[in-house]
Amino acid sequence: MSKVLIIAEHNGVTLNQSTARCVSCALELAPDCIDILVLGSDCSGPASEAAGLKGVTRVRTITSEANAHPLSAVLAPQIAAVAPGYDYVLGPSTTFGKDLMPRVAALLGTGQVSDIMSVDGPRRFRRPVYAGNVIVSLEVPEGRQVVATVRTASFPAGAPGDSPVAVEETATDATIPTHTRFRELRTAGGDRPDLQTARIVVSGGRGVGGAEGFEKLYSLAGQLGAAVGASRAAVDAGYVPNELQVGQTGKIIAPELYFAFGISGAIQHLTGIKDAGTIVAVNKDPEAPIFEVADIGLSGDLFEVVSQLEEKLG
Amino acid sequence: MALHHMREVGLKTIMVCLKRVVDYNVRVRPKTDGSGVQTEGLKMSINPFDEIALEEALRIRERGEASEVVVVSIGPEDCQQQLRTGLAMGADSAVLVRSDEALDPPSAARVLLNMIERLEPGLVLMGKQAIDDDCNQTGQMLATLWGRPQATFASKLELSGEVATVTREVDAGLEVIEVDLPAVVTTDLRLNEPRYVKLPDIMKAKKKPIDTVAIEDLGIDTTPAFQVLAHTAPEPRARGRMVRNVDELLAELRERGLVN
Repeated sequence: MSKVLIIAEHNGVTLNQSTARCVSCALELAPDCIDILVLGSDCSGPASEAAGLKGVTRVRTITSEANAHPLSAVLAPQIAAVAPGYDYVLGPSTTFGKDLMPRVAALLGTGQVSDIMSVDGPRRFRRPVYAGNVIVSLEVPEGRQVVATVRTASFPAGAPGDSPVAVEETATDATIPTHTRFRELRTAGGDRPDLQTARIVVSGGRGVGGAEGFEKLYSLAGQLGAAVGASRAAVDAGYVPNELQVGQTGKIIAPELYFAFGISGAIQHLTGIKDAGTIVAVNKDPEAPIFEVADIGLSGDLFEVVSQLEEKLG
Repeated sequence: MALHHMREVGLKTIMVCLKRVVDYNVRVRPKTDGSGVQTEGLKMSINPFDEIALEEALRIRERGEASEVVVVSIGPEDCQQQLRTGLAMGADSAVLVRSDEALDPPSAARVLLNMIERLEPGLVLMGKQAIDDDCNQTGQMLATLWGRPQATFASKLELSGEVATVTREVDAGLEVIEVDLPAVVTTDLRLNEPRYVKLPDIMKAKKKPIDTVAIEDLGIDTTPAFQVLAHTAPEPRARGRMVRNVDELLAELRERGLVN
């Protein structure tokens, strides 16, 4: 009888797709039960979405004003209070889960498997290290609770279930610390598609040359309904904000179509896109390493290619 | 320096954790028997995120908001090289916890908690992840064991009295939180640009103390939480085809049903 608890990621209104990807990972463990835990000040929206995911047994909510924003120091003791009795406690390998889950693991006195990319058995997992240059297979000893983050790009978002499961409010007697306080969240995205869920991503590297060059990529992305991403080199150079960064130290994504404009193809970047459906690389250097992994390569001036694409797709 | 004055206006000690890792620019491969990765003879460096953490600590001290910066590392004797680099950058003193075995994050956090008990820092800074195991756990686990706040993925850090205001790089954008000190702050890329070490600083650093502690003497459980079975190379992505122009590119994308 094995039981999985998944910590839902949400923005107070809707459930993040990362949660459904965690469910897909959990299903590979062939458990007897998958519960989703939603913590928030109003859990109703995310909880009803979670209740509709295929494979979910039950949705539990902890509703409290203290949970209005996802502060790990506040959420972790509540999760640790609910976690006993579960064999697995999973969260997504997004900034939400990366911040939160080690705190949960430490409270539960166990370790954490970071970035599960595949499940080889009920206690055997694979995860990338060294920016994806090496894959580690590991085993969690019997009797030890598994706390893990799920590399969301490695698992599908799953399908809706036949009928929604029950949602139950849960009470805990966890002590909530007051030493950590939310001040504000500044989002830059506006109405652009989200980088982590977009079907198409248009990405730029140092070859784009500056913020003005990125304006041309934004324009093409707008035409394609695509999100915009960037290499670490472009972020380091200050062309775009860090939330656009794709790679080892940024976001790991799996769009159907990925355009890499002026990106040389450092391994740190490639690790963030290796699960993309089709990778298109445009670079003026025909020897750029990006061409070794691209499905379609075009050697040439990226701005010329971008403007022709806009014209011919228009 | 007017130490007693600094104690009134700022922190006494900032502890910075430095991990020795294979240099950022070196491509690592698994050993042929899968028992680990080939690191022999490779260039080793301070984990780049930890270097950013040290730079931030030095800037805080230089603003007069802290009195001293202590760098701490866990690893083999060779970690002295990275600690010397940290001292040359400007850290005041260093502690090496000697361990020939690599520790997993829960064990590293337990050892670092022991260092906190010795050094009593008002702030602990370290990188958000090490670029070798890519775990992204140690700072959070340390904060938890210490019973203190954490502020991960920091791109801006301001201290005011007993409170740190930290801007965090999160998937949705920038989140600002306030934490009571002492706390653990883990650093993201854009927090600062670490300084270059100059030759006179390297000479001066040779006189600074490195305190060495054997991990066995700490009496800390360092049993790994999991058993590593194998290290393998990732499956390569097949090389695709080159097209000559945008028309060929679009034809290929349309054939795959990816664009209209």
